[in-house]
Amino acid sequence: MVSTTEQRTATQVGPRKGRSPWADARRRFLRNKAAMGGLILLLFVAAFALFGDVLAQYSNEELDYMVMGQIVELGGPSIASGHYFGTDDLGRDLYARTVQGTQISLAVGVVGALIAVIVGTIYGATAGYVGGRTDSIMMRLVDIFMAVPYMFVLILLLVMYGRSITILFVGVGLISWMEMARIVRGQTLSLKGREFIEAAQATGVAAPVIIARHIVPNLLGVIAVYTTLLVPLMILTESFISFLGLGVQEPMTSLGALISEGAGTIAYGTTWQLGFPLLFFVLTLFGFFFVGDGLRDALDPKDR
Amino acid sequence: MSSLLSVRDLRVTFPITRAGDMPWTAPRQLRAVNGIDFDLEAGKTLGVVGESGCGKSTLARGLIQMVPASGQVVWRGETDLLSLSRRQMKRYRSEIQMVFQDPLASLNPRMTLGQIIAEPLKTHRSDLSSEERRRRVAAMMERVGLLPQMINRYPHEFSGGQCQRIGIARALVMEPKLLICDEPVSALDVSIQAQVVDLLKDLQRDLGLAMIFIAHDLSVVKHISEEVMVLYLGRVMEKAPKSALFADPQHPYTQALMSAVPIPDPVAERAKKVIALDGDLPSPMAPPSGCVFRTRCPRAQSECAQTVPQPGTDAHRTACLFPGPTKQSELGHEM
Ligand SMILES: Nc1ncnc2c1ncn2[C@@H]1O[C@H](COP(=O)(O)OP(=O)(O)OP(=O)(O)O)[C@@H](O)[C@H]1O
Ligand code: SF4
Ligand SMILES: [Mg+2]
Repeated sequence: MVSTTEQRTATQVGPRKGRSPWADARRRFLRNKAAMGGLILLLFVAAFALFGDVLAQYSNEELDYMVMGQIVELGGPSIASGHYFGTDDLGRDLYARTVQGTQISLAVGVVGALIAVIVGTIYGATAGYVGGRTDSIMMRLVDIFMAVPYMFVLILLLVMYGRSITILFVGVGLISWMEMARIVRGQTLSLKGREFIEAAQATGVAAPVIIARHIVPNLLGVIAVYTTLLVPLMILTESFISFLGLGVQEPMTSLGALISEGAGTIAYGTTWQLGFPLLFFVLTLFGFFFVGDGLRDALDPKDR
Repeated sequence: MSSLLSVRDLRVTFPITRAGDMPWTAPRQLRAVNGIDFDLEAGKTLGVVGESGCGKSTLARGLIQMVPASGQVVWRGETDLLSLSRRQMKRYRSEIQMVFQDPLASLNPRMTLGQIIAEPLKTHRSDLSSEERRRRVAAMMERVGLLPQMINRYPHEFSGGQCQRIGIARALVMEPKLLICDEPVSALDVSIQAQVVDLLKDLQRDLGLAMIFIAHDLSVVKHISEEVMVLYLGRVMEKAPKSALFADPQHPYTQALMSAVPIPDPVAERAKKVIALDGDLPSPMAPPSGCVFRTRCPRAQSECAQTVPQPGTDAHRTACLFPGPTKQSELGHEM
């Protein structure tokens, strides 16, 4: 009764363990040179942020009285003095400060993107799956929120409640979930019509389970891509705010704040004060963009 | 004895709002299923046939509350499924299962075969241990002809026929009483179609399943059904026991469908006369007055535009004012 030719070919195909759609994507990603380059860059930046302190000869707060007042002459990058990246305008070690700034920038980027992803995915998938009036109301709300000049609101919040890193995290995350919600909703709508969703509904699987088991796993590709592209946007937003002087509070710093300071003193000839933070800033952004692009290429071809 | 499933005056109407309509303009009504009656006994198969867009899938969805329907769908002579709330309906969803048209699309690409087949068990039998669940899944896989080592594979690694076996295993793992098959073989190669139909027949005999078997041509239905119902624009045109329908079709639409079925013998095939159906399927939003088939019927008279023919309640019922065998004048050119 059982067809035999069909089965034999299938057993020959491969190993016992199934080749998941993820495995295919991983293979394509590993073959993508730009993406792998981006990944290596990111690993380097992350290692710098996490373990860079080990090499530092000074803390990020300490003023080096030896170089104070003669920054241009003595504060330049040098192995001998222990200031690998030189010092800032006040004689603080720029290496330690860059490590610390990179930590903050990465944290703001990652935490902000995570908030955006979690809130946006739940919101968008619910609106798209439930549909009808609920969907209209939920998405209309997003339209309204989107019309708010968020940068203005965030700046206002920072001015009102003081410059706190928590507000920065939350603010940056809450701004960006809306775009995520729209993307996820659109994808959910197109998934909803697929027969496997109908099959689950016909069997009586509850709506939240369908969203968690059938919708979200099929959106992970889109979500992953969008997240990696969102992180650098978060970092840029934070830098912009720091550039305006409203970001994290001294002695803490971020890449944006360092760049801002470096740009302010460039006229005195202390190019390293701009150069090093800018280098790490650019490396981080490139890393995320290349990885995001690679992810998109790796996940795209078959599914959509 | 009451039937397993007793459907009375089932109607499914979709409100269609066109782009640019004002919120207060009444939407147009698309009557996808327009008053269908039938009974189905346990262990028997009803074949449902009709052109694309005649409402076959909507009928299937309406029966199990996947789309809002009106009328009565009486299950085992006691419960009207359409009167149940979503929560009350859940219990019955394990007793009525569905097999879908597109085998690959009906399987979640991110789940393994084992997870897919286990889903109904997880939903309805959370009391089962995971070993017991695995045992049942394995038994079901064997029953539909899937090898045990395939359990961790993903759908895209399988052929269409195998995907449909997975779909069948998922539908049967709860040991339902009724299986609704919505064009289960239309997307498969002809050589595989017969295997899947045979599998369904075997399973039906062994498990005592009742089936509603949807297809768009009569040849597939012929092998599997005890009764056949022919639909057109959401209405029943003819319904009869299989032998009666194939030996003595009464409705001109059934006759036209039948003449389109190829005959295996090439000589007979060449000599065969077909009834050509003129024109396109009318829009279900603006069906013809009177008999919905009249715009394409070779037998249509002026009365057909005034009176809506009713199929009645006989075992062999025909919704036509002038039922009877094909007349010579209705036959088209030789093929
Ligand atoms: N959700 C819906 N909203 C609006 N109209 C619908 C909906 N589902 C189906 N229809 C319409 O109802 C009619 C019947 O559709 P249905 O899918 O039941 O046909 P079918 O007989 O299954 O066709 P096929 O053989 O192509 O599967 C069609 O005109 C279709 O456009
Ligand atoms: S009622 Fe008239 S139009 Fe309709 S099928 Fe019969 S003969 Fe044809
Ligand atoms: Mg259909």
